Amino acid sequence: MEKLHDLQQAFQAKIDADEKIEPKDWMPDAYRKTLIRQISQHAHSEIVGMLPEGNWISRAPSLRRKVALLAKVQDEAGHGLYLYSAAETLGIDRETLIDDLHTGKAKYSSIFNYPTLSWADIGAIGWLVDGAAIMNQVMLTRTSYGPYARAMVRICKEESFHQRQGYEILLTLCRGSEAQKEMAQDALNRWWWPSLMMFGPSDKESQHTEQSMLWKIKRKTNDELRQQFVDATVPQAEFLGLSIPDPDLKWNEETGHYEFGEINWDEFWQVVKGNGPCNRERIKARIKAHEEGAWVREAAMAYAKKRKERATAAQKVA
Amino acid sequence: METSTKLGAYLLRLGDNTLVLGQRLAEWCGHGPVLEQDIALTNISLDLFGQTRSLLQYAGELEGKGRSEDDLAFLRDVREFRNCLLVEQPNGDFAGTIARQFLFDSFHYLLLEFLCDSTDKHLASIAKKSLKEVTYHLRFSSEWMIRLGDGTEVSHHKIQAALEDLWDYTGELYTPDELDSEMAFLGVAPDLNKLREPYLRKVEAILDTATLRKPASAFLQMGGKTGRHSEHLGHLLAEMQFLQRAYPGLTW
Ligand SMILES: [Fe+2]
Ligand SMILES: [Fe+2]
Repeated sequence: MEKLHDLQQAFQAKIDADEKIEPKDWMPDAYRKTLIRQISQHAHSEIVGMLPEGNWISRAPSLRRKVALLAKVQDEAGHGLYLYSAAETLGIDRETLIDDLHTGKAKYSSIFNYPTLSWADIGAIGWLVDGAAIMNQVMLTRTSYGPYARAMVRICKEESFHQRQGYEILLTLCRGSEAQKEMAQDALNRWWWPSLMMFGPSDKESQHTEQSMLWKIKRKTNDELRQQFVDATVPQAEFLGLSIPDPDLKWNEETGHYEFGEINWDEFWQVVKGNGPCNRERIKARIKAHEEGAWVREAAMAYAKKRKERATAAQKVA
Repeated sequence: METSTKLGAYLLRLGDNTLVLGQRLAEWCGHGPVLEQDIALTNISLDLFGQTRSLLQYAGELEGKGRSEDDLAFLRDVREFRNCLLVEQPNGDFAGTIARQFLFDSFHYLLLEFLCDSTDKHLASIAKKSLKEVTYHLRFSSEWMIRLGDGTEVSHHKIQAALEDLWDYTGELYTPDELDSEMAFLGVAPDLNKLREPYLRKVEAILDTATLRKPASAFLQMGGKTGRHSEHLGHLLAEMQFLQRAYPGLTW
């Protein structure tokens, strides 16, 4: 008992001193569980997030745009890989994590349960969704768990590139024809509120925030990050000549922040519960890829085993 | 036809091959059998699109009608596409994709090896860059041929079946027509007749290691190079060209 108490104290002292927790260090079970939940959720988001954007690779309007989009979606796959590896340092394997995604036990970011209906959606996702992700991930580069923080440093560089690329798509549309401008405005109308929801429930509703702040897994609250995002994004929309679909949005001279309208929390919880427009399709697509890939993974393992056996047999002869 | 126009027409064959195959491979993005292979297929697709851009830009220049890479990719119809039939075949399952890739890579590699010494300097420089990439593609597809062929009973059966389905499309790769012969005469491109042997040797060696049979089928489908395609290409183009067709003349 005494011993456990000491360990806990040493652990929290380390965190308070802003030192990183590494895989071999002692950590409370709850800390480990929270991290596994959060990192795997993050990894799943990268992977499921490939689907809505992947939907436009075959229809990208120029070769340059096609290459950029394909490379971007591939980056997200890479992010998924780093993050699964980071989660694995906590003593859980990728296969288990993926099963949890497929059974619905693990969540992923709800934003990817909305459909991509036009080319402008690819711009809007880069600008808003990668933009919102950056707010969160920049904070996470300072998270207390070493492998997670280091994965984030790598990922953040690519995310800011994605965001610029998305913004540039919209800029081109907004400087283009009437139809293109409408396409851009329509995309903003559909993606704005879901993007604000990406930061999660408001601080007073959030179950995990307080403990996560204490452990320095999170270093800013959902509402703080959301505000930061709105403040950064509104001027960018103005520069595009697009209007944010929020009649209550206004600049507050005193606070130096934008005030914005109430988020539709009913919609938020509905999508979290699996009732968003694409929840079923997204998970089905992931399960299909996984199941149809089973024989390929088995073949690779069988072949690797045969090779090893042959090598051993050859050694014995020699 | 002037020589430069003919060279332009020849480049369309090369550029359309990489474009159509790149487009096919990109369909896997987000749906691969395992994350690492999803990334690998996308890498190959990205390489092929890069090659496409160089080839179509150059083809457009030689044509001299001011057509850009995008005009060529997005505003030509089926009958104007010059890719071989093999690359436009649908992905099928992972075995189908691997078999198609392997049969094409084996040819692509030999072709580029020659094109590095093409009398056309610009084409030679594109080929040099491409050969590095295709060396990797061929290694990837060969390794998977072996893994699937010598893996489980299921994988062996699937890859053998894919091979049978696709074999008919290989003859077109090494059977020259008038344009091919003319390019060979000018030293721009290889004599395809001379590529046939090394191609079959290369393919057979891997099939051997993979414990696979070379398909017996002797009937070889032709037509892609002169614009007589399978029904699949029209659908691929309809999807790929959608925005440029629905909203003509805009900048994206
Ligand atoms: Fe990402
Ligand atoms: Fe991203």
